[in-house]
Amino acid sequence: MTATTLPRSPARRRFLATGSATAGGLMLGFHVPMAQSQDTPGEVNAWVQVLPDETVVIRIARSEMGQGTLTGLAQLVAEELQCDWARVRTEYPTPGQNLARQRVWGNFSTGGSRGVRESHDYVRKGGAAARLMLVQAAADGWGVAPAQCSVDKGVISHAASGRRTTYGAVAAAAAKLPVPADVALKDPKAWTIAGKSLPRLDTVAKTNGSQVYGMDLTLPGMLNAAIRDCPVVGGKVRKFDAAAVMAMPGVKKVVPVGDTAVAVVATTWWRAKKAVDALPIEWDEGPHAKLGSAQIAQMLKAGLDAADGLVGHTAGDAKQALAGAAKVIEAEYGYPYQNHACMEVMNATARWTPERCEVWTPTQNGEAALAATAEAAGLPPARCEVYKIHLGGGFGRRGATDWVRQAVEIAKALPGTPVKLVWSREEDMQHGFYHPVTQCRLRAGIDASGKLNALHMRISGQSILAGLFPQNMRDGIDPVVFQGLNKGGAEGAFGYAIPNLLIDHAMRNPPVRPGFWRGVNLNHNAVYVECFLDEVAHATKQDPLALRRQLLAASPKHLAVLNAVAERAGWGTPAKPVNGQAVHRGLAQIMGFGSYVAACAEVSVSKDGEVTVHRIVAATDCGHAVNPQQIEAQVEGSFAYGLSAALLGECTLENGRFVQTNFHSYPVLLMAQMPAVETIVMPSGGFWGGVGEPTIAVAAPAVLNAIFAATGKRVRQLPLKNQDLKRA
Amino acid sequence: MPSLNVNGQVRTHDAEPDTPLLWVLREELGLTGTKYGCGVAQCGACTVHVDGVATRSCVRPVASVEPTAKITTIEGLSPDGQHPLQKAWVALDVPQCGFCQSGMLMAAAALLKSKPTPSVQDVRENITNICRCGTYNRVQAAIMMATKA
Repeated sequence: MTATTLPRSPARRRFLATGSATAGGLMLGFHVPMAQSQDTPGEVNAWVQVLPDETVVIRIARSEMGQGTLTGLAQLVAEELQCDWARVRTEYPTPGQNLARQRVWGNFSTGGSRGVRESHDYVRKGGAAARLMLVQAAADGWGVAPAQCSVDKGVISHAASGRRTTYGAVAAAAAKLPVPADVALKDPKAWTIAGKSLPRLDTVAKTNGSQVYGMDLTLPGMLNAAIRDCPVVGGKVRKFDAAAVMAMPGVKKVVPVGDTAVAVVATTWWRAKKAVDALPIEWDEGPHAKLGSAQIAQMLKAGLDAADGLVGHTAGDAKQALAGAAKVIEAEYGYPYQNHACMEVMNATARWTPERCEVWTPTQNGEAALAATAEAAGLPPARCEVYKIHLGGGFGRRGATDWVRQAVEIAKALPGTPVKLVWSREEDMQHGFYHPVTQCRLRAGIDASGKLNALHMRISGQSILAGLFPQNMRDGIDPVVFQGLNKGGAEGAFGYAIPNLLIDHAMRNPPVRPGFWRGVNLNHNAVYVECFLDEVAHATKQDPLALRRQLLAASPKHLAVLNAVAERAGWGTPAKPVNGQAVHRGLAQIMGFGSYVAACAEVSVSKDGEVTVHRIVAATDCGHAVNPQQIEAQVEGSFAYGLSAALLGECTLENGRFVQTNFHSYPVLLMAQMPAVETIVMPSGGFWGGVGEPTIAVAAPAVLNAIFAATGKRVRQLPLKNQDLKRA
Repeated sequence: MPSLNVNGQVRTHDAEPDTPLLWVLREELGLTGTKYGCGVAQCGACTVHVDGVATRSCVRPVASVEPTAKITTIEGLSPDGQHPLQKAWVALDVPQCGFCQSGMLMAAAALLKSKPTPSVQDVRENITNICRCGTYNRVQAAIMMATKA
């Protein structure tokens, strides 16, 4: 069985547009409470559809980009539905349908590790409501009470009379019943589908080439577009010479896109790409033509020195306590811009007519893509539609809509003709929404007894919300900056008890567009806190684990994951040498995206300064674990992504341009550098945390702390590749 | 019309001679299982076999491929998805986003053809495809599992 989440045909869309109780099937579901419209209280929503052949179609609002949400959310619905898992397939509802039906599927946005943690309640209730209606329909048919009926794998039985029927057989009758208002959910301890390490629904199609990604889409009569956007931040197109490429093979049209880009439309993408490469374009390099990384670093440095910052977390009086401290430990750290570098470059296919605009695209935010489509098309959203396609990686990059607008603008120049816009890797590298750049100065006050009595953590640098969603700022503060550093809450409670604490932010926004990036602020915040605490431990001659244990005494969940990795890794006992080289350990823990994570890295550093990460032991407490083997996959993957960033990743600017253009200049982790990962999934129950992102944050500090243990050298500027760890 | 021998079939196309094999496969022959990732032979998403040898098709001009050369793409790795590597991939639930996996499988299949029982070290040194989701450890485990099939 495979998931079929393919772009829909027009006929299929018409079927969907007719809503519930059609074609002999059952479409029912559950109201997202916040989305329920006052004047349509009886409206049936659509999480579950049962076909006459017993196929159960589960609607998935969030986007599958590798993180396994498609399977996990389907498990949650199927658990309550009590259907036959072997007959489950999934389908993406469209953003246009969500709009037309008062957002019955809730939020489509897929980021912040929110897929399961934000929608578990209403998708489970959708499954439970469907089960109640199906059982009611069977009971009505038999003239018995529903309570006398039982369900197993989509088969409904009435034990007293020995009668049986199936979900498929009663689906049409069930669709006519009212949706139950109150549904009870199972105790997770009784789960038989959720909570189990089931195989993903999309695996087989991803092993034989049949999975269709946005880039693979073909529509009848489709043309292909390649684009060149101004490589200078803030620059524009001054002029271009379309005539110079019109005679090249397959070229159909040269289209200006906004005031910053030009696209060539041709019969094939390769022909379009060759022509756009050959197209003479003169750029107006604009106000940032001389912008470079050194200038940005200076701007951030000034933020470290600024008297005051935007306060994120405060306790006691850190400044006063530091002034009176017996000893002050101080260090400065820095974290560079990073590109997401999804394996599948940005792409979208658009078809525009004066009446209607349709877009097929891999997106993390279908609703934002629909809004962007409507705006670029010059049409109301009701006359537009976006068809989501599985993503070849997202990592936050595909929450944006820049390429969708471009595709629509290009399609507008060729009314009625579908045009597929595919970026080159070079475009993708130079036109990202970059992991924001920050620096951090930390000052720790140690009292006369050697205790950590005060900490001032000053973060200087870019705010994502200020750049992308200023309406989401709170009193001028970007709360995302403080991921993992908050007093409490799901977005990262700072677990350490330090009597005098000040964590503040000097906002310094360079003209580079920032973006959410798998883990994002938690990543550098974890480096700053966890590496600096390691410094404090060494400066005060304490064991890094002992210091953390003492500071986390009142944060049992933080402490539990930390203890789990320390114990499994054998902290306190010497690590076995590998190939004659000593192996050293480093620890890190943090809370973010609703979950508690920790890592212990085992690292050796050769005399020449070559770093090898041998093994990482990781622990995750995400409350409820929906699919433990997929959590393990996410944790492993988080180390690949997090170590890429820590060891290799940086995007630098020269003359207003990003220097890195492809994987030769933006190297990422390869299999040969990937450590063994041992994952401890330790769900403690009672809450729902995310798993796609939090572990990224502990990858870098665990390894950097192990490098210190190995070399005595403290790496404070990332990436590691720029540091010389050679020993004399 | 120039032709290619792809997955056991002779296929004609009208691409310019300097067109990379990748784009002929994807755009002329409709074999989209082979992916574009970088265009500069860095990531391996475009890996196919040319006469059994793993080839990064994004930098291989189609005119340099003899009409008689036997090209195998992910669609032709096995008739039914039952290549030992594909079975191991499913058994260990290897893919995440899946975009790099065609290239991973083709690189792994070529490795096993030339070295049926590689060591873990051989696998780590020879599989240089990029995966951003981070499936490396499961890829490695699946290749080792396939050697024991």
